[in-house]
Amino acid sequence: MPKTQIVAEPGVPQIVISREFAAPRELLFRAHTDPQLLVQWLGPRAVTMSVERYDVHDGGTWRFIHRDADGNEYGFHGVFHGTPSVDGIVRTFEFEGAPSHVSLETVTFEERGGRTLVRTNGVFQSVEDRDAMIQSGMEQGVNEGMERLEELLARPTTAA
Amino acid sequence: MLTDQLSAIFGALADPTRRAILARLTEGDANVAEISAPFKVSQPAISRHLKVLEQAGLISRSRRATARLSHLEAEPLREATAWLAGYRAYWDASHDRLDALLAALQDDSTG
Repeated sequence: MPKTQIVAEPGVPQIVISREFAAPRELLFRAHTDPQLLVQWLGPRAVTMSVERYDVHDGGTWRFIHRDADGNEYGFHGVFHGTPSVDGIVRTFEFEGAPSHVSLETVTFEERGGRTLVRTNGVFQSVEDRDAMIQSGMEQGVNEGMERLEELLARPTTAA
Repeated sequence: MLTDQLSAIFGALADPTRRAILARLTEGDANVAEISAPFKVSQPAISRHLKVLEQAGLISRSRRATARLSHLEAEPLREATAWLAGYRAYWDASHDRLDALLAALQDDSTG
């Protein structure tokens, strides 16, 4: 059973990702803002992630790059709003392969008894942008599921 | 991008009355009068919702002389939720690595 919860309601341009970790919020904040730690956990398995800059201040900019096995590079960048802290991080997020489609991410860290619930709320400019983000995380298995769905829906219904 | 069929399913699911209709049909097939009963919406409005659900493949409807029954087609709904499965798996894997990193960092500080 996956531990990470994802809420992405149909027709709503938002994704909420949440998971609880066995660590205090200061450590979760560090893991989300220290480039040396970020590259150790964030991103698809099949890519190498490098952080070009990560200026964790109000108005600071960030950029990181995913490099796949074929040497293709995918850049992501944005800006921090407000002073990032254990009370929350607000930043914009833009994939350079889809310029001008910008989302707003709010990450919060709620600690209870030494465990921290990390919640990331991503708000998109359109439902299409939200759906494209979800599709970008798909693995081959889900693509195969989509083909089966198309076949299923192409079958004539039993209703006369 | 999404196929037209998947868009039809999500369009159908985007309405709370239609979601409630699907929930009612999980209890068994029903005709329009039975489906309309708990809603403040008129039967013709419910019929319009049923048509949207049928076009999305989420229900099938029998042709009977009276009391045409709507039937929940569960498979398309199950398949549609697989859409999120890849994205969730991607984040789950990153978060599993974060779990391991946090454990290592806490071991280092207490060791």
